[in-house]
Amino acid sequence: MTNTATGHLREPLNWPEGGVTRIPYRVFSDPEIYALEQEKIFKGAVWNFLCLEIDIPNPGDFKTSFVGEIPVVITRDQNGEIHAMVNRCAHKGALVCLQERGNRNTLACVYHAWTYDLEGKLKGVAFRDGIRGKGGMPKDFDPSKHRMEPLRVETYCGLVFGTFSSETEPVPEFLGPEIDHHVRRNLGRPVKLLGFHSQIMHNNWKLYAENLRDSYHATLLHTFYTTFKVNRLDMDGGIVLSKRGWHHISYAKRSKLQESAEYQDAAVHAAQYDSQLAAPEMLDSWPEFDDEITHSIQTIFPTLSVQLTLNSLAVRFFVPRGVDKTELFWMYLGYEEDDEAKTRMRINQANLTGAAGLVSLEDGCINEFVQRGTRGSAPDTTAFLEMGGRDVAPSEGSRATETAIRGFWKGYRDIMGFE
Amino acid sequence: MNAEAPDQLEKSDIGLQTQIEDMFADYVHSIDDDDIEAWPEFFTETGFYQIISRESHAAGHAIGLLHCDGKGMMKDRVKAMREANIFEPHRYTHVIERPRLKRHSPELFNARTNFIVTRTMQNGDMETFASGKYLDLVDVSKKTPKFQKRLVVLDSRRIDILLVYPL
Repeated sequence: MTNTATGHLREPLNWPEGGVTRIPYRVFSDPEIYALEQEKIFKGAVWNFLCLEIDIPNPGDFKTSFVGEIPVVITRDQNGEIHAMVNRCAHKGALVCLQERGNRNTLACVYHAWTYDLEGKLKGVAFRDGIRGKGGMPKDFDPSKHRMEPLRVETYCGLVFGTFSSETEPVPEFLGPEIDHHVRRNLGRPVKLLGFHSQIMHNNWKLYAENLRDSYHATLLHTFYTTFKVNRLDMDGGIVLSKRGWHHISYAKRSKLQESAEYQDAAVHAAQYDSQLAAPEMLDSWPEFDDEITHSIQTIFPTLSVQLTLNSLAVRFFVPRGVDKTELFWMYLGYEEDDEAKTRMRINQANLTGAAGLVSLEDGCINEFVQRGTRGSAPDTTAFLEMGGRDVAPSEGSRATETAIRGFWKGYRDIMGFE
Repeated sequence: MNAEAPDQLEKSDIGLQTQIEDMFADYVHSIDDDDIEAWPEFFTETGFYQIISRESHAAGHAIGLLHCDGKGMMKDRVKAMREANIFEPHRYTHVIERPRLKRHSPELFNARTNFIVTRTMQNGDMETFASGKYLDLVDVSKKTPKFQKRLVVLDSRRIDILLVYPL
């Protein structure tokens, strides 16, 4: 078996020549590598998305989630402070919180009624002194030595992050200035939840991490816009990468048309006049920010993404459920300040993404096609990622590049120690 | 649901009930037989269709999985599915129970119908894809009953792979 403490695989992985332009298919299907990722990535020096702050607005609120495969629970205590811990009883390892969300003064394990406060500290053990003087815990039992395992928590732009490592730098530094700026742009205001659902993809989690960073495939696989001749004009755009290449932003601008008097006069407009849609009002939108960026999707390593495509604001979060299974959570948001017309446009545009997304539903199966296609491949076979060059660098003016995917693999190799 | 509506249908409603039940059956058969082009025609021009999880429905969320406000958006869905979207071939079989109808107004009936949908992939994989209930508002003012509203409330908030055929 894997010796995760030292990070050695029984079959060592020697990364092929070509660095981040060559991805051994083995990383998508090897259970040993998958186990090592749990240790090195999800328990390592990264910020894992836990939940939205609005998931737990009130004192006593809790929400369960996952860090890699590890079940966690996030709470808000009576002082309003947010805590996170492994959702596992210190006694026998049972889940402490069974419900996905709720409100409690204390957290109690149903198995033997061990009780914890909202920080995960052990407060009570049933029959500690036995019954009628018999049984009970040994005299030297010290409750302060048993608690639910805590995570370090940081709340940032309404996102609650957790880490198991004491070395993870503060979230804004972890993101770097460009990524930080763009998250603040999109989530720097109070938000409300408009809806959520999840989707099972039958592929390794890293295939979806790649897919999110794959600006090359967008107009090739997803042909909704071209089929309906939706006028996307000369969408100017590019790729921004964080310094280490871990996180990215892919953005597009609906170009100069915004500047025409026609558009200036209308705060809200039908974006797509010459489309062949029977109901073009589905794409009604308004310019949300004055930086001209109309479509953006960004990733935060390892498993978070924020989209603002037209006015569809959503947080995507994916959880590995085994070496070849991933659950993708979609959280659709609006701003607290949105009026009815804006909310209606966000609702209509939500049709574009998600498990039934007109533009993007292919992503639910395409990564599975890779998972299936690479089965039985020879040990030295790899993916070939040279679109847009061989380096990990931002791309101004073009999204016909795989640079952000190479950035992901740069981060992945660094953390995993695959040289 | 109109609280004032009588729980039992009037005798004069029985003919309409049969018509509505036939329409419900035709609706699922069209989808199961891959005649998706017929799907929007089961709705009025301003008909509303939404697929949403039970959790989201209970929480009053506006966004579910899919949302069509008017027949035009349904037709766009059909065209997207036929011409734009890429997915592995698969088919559904719907099993629906007898709809429970209640008069909502002279022109409208409320209906609740539980359903189970199996999905069979081209390689033979078959599983329960969805279960839940249809909550409908059926317009009976014209010759043929049509949906003014069809809300598909799914038991699960989780979709396997993707959802491209309507339910």
